[in-house]
Order: sequence, then structure tokens, then C-alpha cells
Amino acid sequence: MPFSRRRFLQRSAIATTTLIAAPAIFRSGAFGAEKPIVVGSLHDQSGPIAASGTPMVYALQLAVDEINAGGGLLGRPLKVIHYDTQSNIQMYSQFAQQLAVKDKVDVVHGGITSASREAVRPTFDRFKVLYFYNVLYEGGVCDRNTFCTGTTPAQTVEKLVPSAMKKAGKKAYIIAADYNYGQITAKWMTKYVKDNGGEVLATDFFPLDVTNFGTTISKIQAAKPDLILSALVGGNHTAFYRQWTSAGMKGKIPIASTTFGLVNEPTTLDAAESDSILGAYGYFEELATPASKSFVEKIKKAHPDSPYVSELAACTYEGVMLWAAGVKKAASIDRMKVIAALEDGIAFDGPSGKVTLDKPTHHTTRNAFLAEVKDRKWSVLESYSDVKPADTASVCDLVKNPNDTKQYIINL
Amino acid sequence: MAIYLIVALDVLNGISSLFLLCLGLAIIFGMMKIINLAHGEFIMLGAYATVISANAGVNIWIAMLVVAPLFVGLVGLVIERCLIRFLYGRLVDSMLATWGLSLLIIGIVTTIYGNTQQGVPTPLGGFSIGSYQSSYYTLFLAGMAVVMMAVVYGVMSYTRFGLIARATMQNPAMAATLGVNPARVYMSTFAVGAAITGLAGGLLAPVSGITPGMGGAYVAKAFMTVVGGGAAILSGTMSAASLFGAVNQVGAFFTTPVYGEVLVFTAAIVLIRLLPQGISGRFFKGNL
Repeated sequence: MPFSRRRFLQRSAIATTTLIAAPAIFRSGAFGAEKPIVVGSLHDQSGPIAASGTPMVYALQLAVDEINAGGGLLGRPLKVIHYDTQSNIQMYSQFAQQLAVKDKVDVVHGGITSASREAVRPTFDRFKVLYFYNVLYEGGVCDRNTFCTGTTPAQTVEKLVPSAMKKAGKKAYIIAADYNYGQITAKWMTKYVKDNGGEVLATDFFPLDVTNFGTTISKIQAAKPDLILSALVGGNHTAFYRQWTSAGMKGKIPIASTTFGLVNEPTTLDAAESDSILGAYGYFEELATPASKSFVEKIKKAHPDSPYVSELAACTYEGVMLWAAGVKKAASIDRMKVIAALEDGIAFDGPSGKVTLDKPTHHTTRNAFLAEVKDRKWSVLESYSDVKPADTASVCDLVKNPNDTKQYIINL
Repeated sequence: MAIYLIVALDVLNGISSLFLLCLGLAIIFGMMKIINLAHGEFIMLGAYATVISANAGVNIWIAMLVVAPLFVGLVGLVIERCLIRFLYGRLVDSMLATWGLSLLIIGIVTTIYGNTQQGVPTPLGGFSIGSYQSSYYTLFLAGMAVVMMAVVYGVMSYTRFGLIARATMQNPAMAATLGVNPARVYMSTFAVGAAITGLAGGLLAPVSGITPGMGGAYVAKAFMTVVGGGAAILSGTMSAASLFGAVNQVGAFFTTPVYGEVLVFTAAIVLIRLLPQGISGRFFKGNL
């Protein structure tokens, strides 16, 4: 059939009309069913942070599917509206507005980097949309509309530093990414090193696009520390572990990290490059409890090529489940009623164990684990149960100041 | 004493990796005035070609030195035929098109291999100077930089292809009247530039984090170096790479990595202010 310009225009016109009319047609078709509760999701599925965001989306979807399979919430099904924020802060701002104003969601789960969280949090405060941030971060967010379900330094760094110091020695050298997470985490590392009677020889920060770590490796050798504490972030920074090994330094000075292994580092690096690096998180894929095994199995079954299922995915799953428990308890999706219910000692037994929401801080009391990389997998060495978010608790009390919306930078 | 040797090695490492990263770009930009914003993605493709073939069982040296340049050279050839050849003399359009191309390549690689990729360990080992450790791979990179410099110099100065390429670069119309087909020269030059960039990606693969977006970390510095170097492909790129590589490494050693970066960018601004034609516009005029 000849494909003329006129025919092309005709077809484009028909296609466009259909496309524009589609939402109206679909919506009218759905009037008969019970109106779903809408869960917004903002996660990076492309760009540099995609390897972190992808399993989080899987975990969120798993939680929602399980709730729906159990009959939904308040007799209504859940519906997810997900936007890929493309590792771009501008997309976060734009899609946050869209979720709040156009999609009128009942809750939002999302945000990965601290920068992205701070970009969307004010929007959800302003439009009164309940917000869950399910990622480990530097601590200090104090906002009644926001729940932070990931670990904070008092839960992980506090365990990591003393056990690494016990193994290695008292003199530490800190290397960290140069943005708010790295800067604040480096402060916490310094605090815990000093609290345990040690000494920080130097702290170096690296912009995220640094790829050559030669001089740093020389400087570390000149300083002769017993231990390296790393909060390096992102693909470019994994080059440090490569260059460290290629200089023959591997095994000479032990490394402990608050970020290593959150994405795929143990699988992307060679065993020789990653062995015996220490890490502490709120969850590891290798955790051998039945709840954890079945969680990982379900995600891997649905998505066989999923990246590492880290604390990020576990906390997202637990975050959705905690929110659902809150809605059930409140017997309503009214925002203030749900917040009041969530503040009333809501707990959930998730893949990482028991997670309890803490009323004054809106953070979680949860288990923490210390592990070591062995043959490109984490081997869990120790677990600590019911660790409180003591860092945020020292600056934040939402019972006394319910109108607080600020992130406190903890003074050390 | 040992510490100075180590710092000297770091500087050497900085200079040679910067030079390797820029050489392909310098050839493409210097000869054809095409701003190839997909340069970083060519590096990434070289790194991917290396790690994927090495993980599939190809010897690491063959993967780095043969597979990476061949593959990226072929990709460059295809891209030149399909896209770049319509853009000669259209500087701004070439920027837009190659920027789109870079996003496309990142998208394709992400779709095929996902966001993370198992890397390859660094071959060779470490050696010690006094109580300090360094890597033989650093020396190997420096050696490769010298080899590449010699090869490009040799080809450009002593072969017929080099002569024709230089003639086309200086005056394509005149070269055409003398029986040279500029389109073919451009095509092969672009492919060679891409192959050299692929080689750089392959060589850096064992010491970098391999992700589809990794090119972004290199592209700005590569452009700065090529522009700072000016028109002469070899002497310009080498002098600018030496300057920026040394400033970065020495700066990072004596202050912090953050200031190391700041110093490089400051040096670039000052350089372009003082020598708008780049280093070779003043000092190595008429050199290769």
C-alpha cells in the first residue's frame, strides 16, 4: 500500500485523538470498581543511581502485590503510580508536584540520595502528602509528615567503627564522597573513632567524578594508618578499590565502609579486590533468617536479573508494610489519622527482623548487622537487635515540636 | 626520598592516562573540527569491550590492546557513515548530534548489560619503593602513552596516509583537486580516532569503575585538554596533558582531591585566557 503524506497525517490525527481521549475512556470504565488507594513511587531506574533504585521498585511492587493479594486495605485495592526520576534532581521536583497535584496520591515512597529527599520533602509538606523515605542516610530529618525507615549512623557506623578498630588498630584514615552524605558521615566516623580512643589521621573528600586515586593511595601510605574508613559513593569511586589492589596494598591496611556493597560492589569487583572489607547495614541479602530468604527469593523469582537486594530494598518493603499497618490501625486513609496511628507503636516483622516506628523522631528502631566480604559475598559476622536511632533522637522531638520540618545537622 | 619517587609516579600516571584519553579526541577535533560529545561513551565502549571479552575468556591483554580498539573503531566507522559525515563544517549541529548519540549509546548499553558490570582485575602486580607500594600497571600506562605518541608521530610524518591526512586537514579543497577524496580521509581518520579512544577505554578498564555512565567523568577533562593544547595534535595534547595531569596530581597530593580538581579547572581558565589558541598556538606552531 502506498504510504502518502495525506494518509500519514490522517493516521497521526487518529492516533493523537485516541491517545488524548484514552485517560477519560479508561477512567470512566473504572467507575464501577472500588476506588483504589494510590501509592506514589519516586525511584531512579536509569542514570548513575539506577542500580540502587531498581531493586527498590521491585520491593515496593512486591509489598503492594502482597497487600492486594490479601484483599487490599480497608477493602480497597492499592494502585502504584511510579515515576522514574532518572537520577536527576529536577525530575524529582517535577514528579513530586505531579504526584501531589495531578495524581492526588495517598502516600509517597521514594527518594534515594539525600539531595533528592530534600528536593521533594518540602513539596509533600506543602501539599500535605504523607512521605516515606526508605534509605539509610546521615540522620537528622525531623518532620512529622515524613517517616525515615532506613538506618542512620548511630545504628550502623557506631557498630562498624569499634569492631573495625578492634581488628585493625586505633589510627584511622577517612575517605568520603564530597556531598552532604559523605561530609556528615565522615563527621560521625570521626566521632566514633574518638569515642573509642582512636585518632583520625586525615579526612579526604572526593567529588563524584574523581576516577584517579593514585595520589590518595600514596598519601594514605605516607600517613600509615591502621584502618581506612570509606564512605565513597558511586561507580566512579569503585575505582579506588581496584587501584588500591593493583598497587599491592590489599590486605596491608584493612578497609571498613558505610557504602561498599549497597549496590553491586562485591559482585562487580574481583574477589581479590573486595575480600575482607567490613560493612554494617540494616539488612544484607545473605541474611539467613526465613523471612529474609523468602523475601530475596520472591524478588529474584519475579526479576531474575535484579541487582543486589540490599538494605534499600528491604527498607522499602518494610516501609510500605509499616504504612499499610498504620492505615489498618487508623481505619482511614486520612493523612493525620494515619500519622497518629503510625506514631502509636506500629511494628512490622520484615526481612531484617522486627522494625518499630519511633514516635518522637519518625525513624525506626531496627536490627543492624556487621558483615565482611568473603569471595564476593557478604558474610554476616554479628547482629545487634533493636538499635535505636539515637543520633536523630538527640536533636529531634516531634512530640514536643510537632510543627518541626527541618533536617538537623548534628553538631559533633 | 621514596615519597618523592611515588609522587613522581603519580604525576606520570596522571599525565599518561590523560594523554591516552585525549589523543583520539584530539585527532577527531584537530583534524575535522567535529566536537564529539560522545567521546566519553567511546571510552565506555572500549572499557565494556575489554571487560566483556575478558570475562568471556579472552586473554586480558588481547582484550585491551586488540578487541577494544577494533570494536570501537568499527563503531566509529559506522557512526561516521550514518551521522558524522553530514555534519562536517557544522560545529553546533555536530555538538547536538553527538550529544544525542552519547545518550543513545548509554541507553543501549544499559538495556543490554544493565547498570552494573563485573570488572576485570588489574594485571601485573605491585612493587615497592622503600616502604611505599605502587603498581606496575602505572608504568605500563606510561609506556603505552609513549608508544601511542610514537605510532601517531610515525604514521603522520612518514607514511603516505599521514601526508594525505595532514594535507586534507590543512586544505580539503586543495587536497581534493590533487586527487584525494576528503570524504574517505575523514572517514578513516574518524575511525582511527575512535579506535584510539577505545584503546584508552580498554587500558583504563582494569583501574576504573565500569558503568554505562562512566564516560561522563572523562569527557570534560578530555575537552579541556584538547582545547588547552591547541591545534597541534601531538605536541599540543602532550603539553596540555602534562600541565593538567601534573597540576591535578600535585594539587591533590599537597592539598585535597577537591582542590586538585579546582586547581585543574583554574589552570585551564588561566591558560585559555593567556593563550586563546592553546599551548601549541604559541609554542609548537606548525608541529604535529
